[in-house]
Amino acid sequence: MVWPRIFTSTDTRRTTDTMAAQTKKTDRMTVPKTYKLYIGGKFPRSESGRTFELTDAKGAFLANVSLASRKDAREAVVAARKAFTGWSGATAYNRGQVLYRIAEVLEGRRAQFVDELVATGSTRRAAAAELDATIDTWIYYAGFSDKYSQVIGSSNPVAAPYFNFSLPEPTGVVAIVPQDSPGWRLRAIAATVAPAIVAGNTTVVAVREGNPLSAISFAEVLATSDLPGGVVNILTGDVCEFVPNLASHMDVNAIDIAGCVDGEFAREMELLAAENLKRVARPREFARNHVGSIDDIARWTELKTVWHPIGV
Amino acid sequence: MATKPNKSAAKPGATRSTKVNPPKVRAGKAGPDRWDYAPAPESTKIVQLRDRYELYIDGEWVKPASKKYFDTASPATLKVLSSVAEANAKDVDRAVAAARRAFETDWSRRSGAERGRFLFRIARILQERAREFAVLESMDGGKPIKESRDIDVPLAAAHFFYYAGWADKLEYAFPGRTVRPRGVAAQVIPWNFPLLMLAWKVAPALAAGNTVVLKPAETTPLSALLLCEVLEQAGLPKGVVNIVTGAGDTGASLVSHPDVDKVAFTGSTSVGKLIARAVAGTDKSVTLELGGKAANIVFEDAPLDQAVEGIVNGIYFNQGHVCCAGSRLFVQESVADQVLAKLKRRMETLRVGDPLDKNTDVGAINSKEQLDRITELVGSGIDEGTDVWQPSCELPRRGYFFRPTVLTGVSQSHRVAKEEIFGPVLSVLTFRTPQEAVEKANNTPYGLSAGVWTDKGSRILSMVDQLRAGVVWANTYNRFDPTSPFGGYKESGYGREGGLHGLAPYLHVD
Repeated sequence: MVWPRIFTSTDTRRTTDTMAAQTKKTDRMTVPKTYKLYIGGKFPRSESGRTFELTDAKGAFLANVSLASRKDAREAVVAARKAFTGWSGATAYNRGQVLYRIAEVLEGRRAQFVDELVATGSTRRAAAAELDATIDTWIYYAGFSDKYSQVIGSSNPVAAPYFNFSLPEPTGVVAIVPQDSPGWRLRAIAATVAPAIVAGNTTVVAVREGNPLSAISFAEVLATSDLPGGVVNILTGDVCEFVPNLASHMDVNAIDIAGCVDGEFAREMELLAAENLKRVARPREFARNHVGSIDDIARWTELKTVWHPIGV
Repeated sequence: MATKPNKSAAKPGATRSTKVNPPKVRAGKAGPDRWDYAPAPESTKIVQLRDRYELYIDGEWVKPASKKYFDTASPATLKVLSSVAEANAKDVDRAVAAARRAFETDWSRRSGAERGRFLFRIARILQERAREFAVLESMDGGKPIKESRDIDVPLAAAHFFYYAGWADKLEYAFPGRTVRPRGVAAQVIPWNFPLLMLAWKVAPALAAGNTVVLKPAETTPLSALLLCEVLEQAGLPKGVVNIVTGAGDTGASLVSHPDVDKVAFTGSTSVGKLIARAVAGTDKSVTLELGGKAANIVFEDAPLDQAVEGIVNGIYFNQGHVCCAGSRLFVQESVADQVLAKLKRRMETLRVGDPLDKNTDVGAINSKEQLDRITELVGSGIDEGTDVWQPSCELPRRGYFFRPTVLTGVSQSHRVAKEEIFGPVLSVLTFRTPQEAVEKANNTPYGLSAGVWTDKGSRILSMVDQLRAGVVWANTYNRFDPTSPFGGYKESGYGREGGLHGLAPYLHVD
């Protein structure tokens, strides 16, 4: 297997996150971070014990990142399912508060995220812009938590003595492969994960090899934002290896293959997803000025219609 | 006497059906509460059938390229009613081309108000010819005339009327957005509610500005073909609705046709999965309305007599050929004996027989294949140790019939509790606590519908909240309305039909 290499950076001079850079500037030995997976609110290593080496554009060592296995993917689904009842049962107001908290904590750790995005290929300016857009998206969806059901739901004037109403409910466990392209790393996670969890779904997020640093640091944001463990699980590594197991998993209700740019791979995932009729969001790109959309919330909801008799 | 439910049916089924009858079945003796009426059959004179139906493509009756025809018969009398063209891939191609042409040159260019006018006309003509459609529906499909007359046909007309009004108001359906039709819709419908399913599919598609190629079910094509006359009377432009008849292969070529933009299917979960695979990697949008194994949950505080009516309506309505049928009855243990006694007493009064008789409650099983499947599944219930009970009603000597059946001593692992039987067979399970009811009810890959019977309003809403199903009926069952969205969770499919939500699958919302 060929270990993936990171994207070319145009601005590596200013990278402060590598051990090499830090040790030169200070007498103090830095404490490099171990980038692990995020499953059920905990940070385990891959059960397989595998890692892949991430280097910067000049080939300098950045980190040994966990290479998730198929078993890790299954564990993540178990964690997501376990978290579903609690998270989908939380009040809409509470979910909104938690999403807003995610934006707050992101804001507080801007510098770290910018550094990590730069280390994995962004310019500093693009990284800052990505952070802005990411935070905007989390805040946008935070504010949608107690509104989308009023927009999507309805009361239906049936021709019989019944009170009839329709409400959106979360679909369940959603597997997500976010896009991964310049400017769309942390932002792509926000644009795909936020609309899923704001509606009460729980998620397993498959992050490509090029994007693990900011994704795992983002997991630290989630872990300190009162988001219950298991609502978002993050796996890093070779998505071609374990995403098929998510696509075919019978306890996954939906899959977003937004970032599966290889058409044949995407089609294979859709074929696997048909086995239990997962809801599928096909590969797509967001507009440059994308902040959020109610369509992306509605995508991961099921409409429930209730008939209640009217009588004395 | 031994049973005669399906003398003309399958050989293997015949031995099974002998097994499923209660040991003491008395022939010709009504139950204690049933009043026997003189037969009151609806006349079939009102229906003028052709000997042979061609394909309806681009406003013309055209001979199939396949040169093949198949018979459609009444499941109650086994009499052949007509011969129907079998469309092959070439015919489908022609129909899709006609729909594409009509979409581009005509239908999508008309104003919403104009499209609405056509739909209003169709609704009105359906109402005018309601009796004719009801009789035909019962002849071809075997459902009691009472149901086709009071439910299928009026509801079909109501769907056209409802969506007619949406055609010029789409900007209110999705405020602040711009909408445009998807294009050509490929629609494949089942045999349990042939005309109603057609209306569910065609009305929103046309209102939103799409054109349609529709394939009716193999065993019930006639009402869709008769509808072509209605379309002509309404003056609908050529090619806007095309009807291609045939079996599974025809449906497969239709949904996988490259020039189709939108696929809508109602039918079995297994075929639904094939369709999901057929559209993988394309841009087609899909809605699937598939099988179910609904839980009908009766709590001890429920109005029990009303609940028994709901149980009967839930599973014996339309011979149980209903995707949302309440096929799993969950009764709270404290009232289980009482509910079962009342249920059996009520079932003794059911009239099973001639679909065209206005007194008939339970008609004919739609086809021999379906009768075999029901017989096989009930047989599996016996093999797995459930107790079978059937009322003592007499069955007609001809045709495909099956006695309304109750299975008790059912556990969740039994096939009759897991698989969709799609027949008049109720599996009874019990529970003690609301939590247990929820867990058992949700323990299925399906999630189409559920029923809750209790006098306590807060309990209704708590159950509604926890049941993973697209439609929940509280203290009622099997209610339908054009304004009420319908569709499933999990393996019961995706997308909604009916109401404002039923428009969305037929539109690009930008």
